[in-house]
Amino acid sequence: MSMNEFKPKIVAFCCNWCSYAGADLAGTNRLNYPADVKIIRVPCSCRVNPMFILRAFQRGADGVILCGCHPGDCHYTTGNYYARRRMTMLFSMLDYLGIEKERTRVEWVSAAEGAKFAAVMNDFVKTVTELGENKRLEDLRCKK
Amino acid sequence: MQKIGVFVCHCGTNIAGTVDVKAVAEALGKEPGVVFSTEYQYMCSEAGQNLIKDAIKNYGLTGIVVCSCSPRMHEATFRKTAAAAGLNSYMVEIANIREQCSWIHKDVKVATEKAIVLGRTAIAKVALNTPLTASETPVVKRALVIGGGIAGIQTALDIADAGYEVDLVEKEPTIGGKMAQIDKTFPTLDCAACILTPKMVDCAQNEKIHIYAYSEVESVKGFVGNFNVTIKKKARFVDETKCTGCGICTEKCPMKKTPNLFNLGLDNRSAIYIPFAQAIPKIATIDADYCNMLKNGKCGVCSKVCAAGAIDYKQQDQYIEQQYGAIVVATGFNPIKLDNYSEFAYNESPDVVTSLELERLMNAAGPNGGTLLRPSDKTHPHTIVFVQCVGSRDTTDCGKPYCSKICCMYTAKHAMLIRDKYPDTEVYVFYMDVRTPGKNFDEFYRRAVEDYGVHYIKGMVGKVMPQPDGKLLVRGSDLLTDEQLKIEADMVVLAAAIEPDKTARPLATMLTASMDTNDFFTEAHPKLRPVESPTAGIFLSGVCQGPKDIPETVAQASAAAAKVIGLLAKPALKSNPCTAHSDENLCNGCSSCERVCPYGAISYVDKEFRMPDRTTKVRRVASVNPAVCQGCGACTVACPSGAMDLSGFSNKQIMAEVDAICR
Repeated sequence: MSMNEFKPKIVAFCCNWCSYAGADLAGTNRLNYPADVKIIRVPCSCRVNPMFILRAFQRGADGVILCGCHPGDCHYTTGNYYARRRMTMLFSMLDYLGIEKERTRVEWVSAAEGAKFAAVMNDFVKTVTELGENKRLEDLRCKK
Repeated sequence: MQKIGVFVCHCGTNIAGTVDVKAVAEALGKEPGVVFSTEYQYMCSEAGQNLIKDAIKNYGLTGIVVCSCSPRMHEATFRKTAAAAGLNSYMVEIANIREQCSWIHKDVKVATEKAIVLGRTAIAKVALNTPLTASETPVVKRALVIGGGIAGIQTALDIADAGYEVDLVEKEPTIGGKMAQIDKTFPTLDCAACILTPKMVDCAQNEKIHIYAYSEVESVKGFVGNFNVTIKKKARFVDETKCTGCGICTEKCPMKKTPNLFNLGLDNRSAIYIPFAQAIPKIATIDADYCNMLKNGKCGVCSKVCAAGAIDYKQQDQYIEQQYGAIVVATGFNPIKLDNYSEFAYNESPDVVTSLELERLMNAAGPNGGTLLRPSDKTHPHTIVFVQCVGSRDTTDCGKPYCSKICCMYTAKHAMLIRDKYPDTEVYVFYMDVRTPGKNFDEFYRRAVEDYGVHYIKGMVGKVMPQPDGKLLVRGSDLLTDEQLKIEADMVVLAAAIEPDKTARPLATMLTASMDTNDFFTEAHPKLRPVESPTAGIFLSGVCQGPKDIPETVAQASAAAAKVIGLLAKPALKSNPCTAHSDENLCNGCSSCERVCPYGAISYVDKEFRMPDRTTKVRRVASVNPAVCQGCGACTVACPSGAMDLSGFSNKQIMAEVDAICR
């Protein structure tokens, strides 16, 4: 597979109150970002269990991004702080396991930041595409 | 095994324009569990909803996936549709193939492929959905309005009219807000005080309205229907119950050199003050920064002259706790600081003023008793230059990118009033565009130009230079004639951009209400739900949501009140059934979940368990109060034993979604 054909699989977890709405705003404003990004809606960034991210890499995801409300603006007051702490630990562990830090990311995108959402996704897809396919954690038994 | 129905919406050409909807319906029809798959032009239309209802009944569907616009748009619609056909409304999932697919991709093949992945992700999730029932919580029949300007006043009056208790919190010593500072209002030239003060009096006299002036919201807890708010009543050093508002203290106070903030610092007042004659409540307040007694313990004149014995130098801030069903934000605006615009010499010359300062200079209750005089030498100005868009429509970091909306009209008003009262005064207005949409607005502006002879010049002012003789040399360009202009002016008036009040940002954090990048509150839907915040139970009134003039503010204030009344009139609210629950067999009672819960919804109970050897053992296990749980899911991740899960967003469901995306 040459670099030009490589289409990364990107899973984006977006909190319902800020980032998912930001993604919707990017759509309403017709701001383009690659179709490789598929969004999973969660009530809050703190709902994202590290297991979900491990699962994504096991199933062949090339990058995982978690988007939540800006610090201090969480709909549930403190959820994004928990998420930030958990992901810091998880990402450094993943890095240790050979999943490069660049394949994982936490971003704060508010409901009004459609442009930021598109910019973040464009940048993240570019970064992951440059890194290429992720095979480090992929469980080949899951492949058909 | 679930029997799943898939409904792909064309949304006219919004989706069908870039997504091959037929191919999507066909591909999703082959997914495991799917027994019915179709597409239709508008699923949200009555015909579309009937199509869904019929399919649920005819195929005995146990779950449905609607591939359409964002769930933020129509999830509620399709949940109602499902319920009408006898299907539990939480057996519905939405695949967002409009905002997050067709609108952002141009290539049909790419968009179609993505739509199929999003569809199969929703199918994977709905296959694991379980029917949920919303419980009901009572509504506290009381509303809180934050901000006592015309927006807050109108909202409070309308809510009180419907028979509900309203608390009106205002940070200044009096309600009235910016409108109380304005002289005349466009386009009718009514006197602002004449139309505002009766409303202020109505507020004070209404038994249902409780005014907390000189107070701030300290903390907000709870949720729609049951907010728990702490209000800080700042110390006035005057006993409100005793003060009669006679004003003798303000006359006798020796600290006469205190800047009068109501007049924007254009003149001075005493340290103990009543902001203006018609203040509500009409109670004196001591400015602790200037009062000699409070600073040095020397003076005490006001206490000696007060016949009512109302002065209390030892008064402390008071904290009041109250429950509310709904909260209205009406925090208003301020003109921006002009430090970034040194070219206009605002900080150099007292004769360069903002438009709000001009309002005070022209007001009968202002520093000059209504005669327009230059602040520097108190002489009558013969040439006045108005500069529009100072900080508005400015995409550099200095100003604001948006149009402040009210400046074109109030400048036309100022120009007209000056020309009317002082026909010997020449008035020039430098503008980028004149924007006058609104009833009788353009007619008003044209009157200023045609009947009153105001000189409108399309172009920007480059520099204002104070001259040694006290004049202001204004250099600007006329873009229509392509000429450089020099005007010797006596006064320059800057139409400063307006920005949300500084208290709005911390308040938004307290309310968990979202704001845009300019710190205006965002509405639940920009067109269809303009007075509601996305956070349930929080409503928006006035300029805190975006620049508006008085008629628009009043209209929005009444709209917000109508929404609040609709909420308070409900006997009970359906609560979100997507709450956490704990598997008692797995829970080891470690308290991790309890510690992360922001609502205190988790408690521990001792429960008896049968052991494999048929003995019983009592264990401490977590128990979630679904009425308090808001469903954030923090506990589900904190739980080390995997006992805690969230209905509607369960571990299995999200895992299934991950699998479906990565397949």
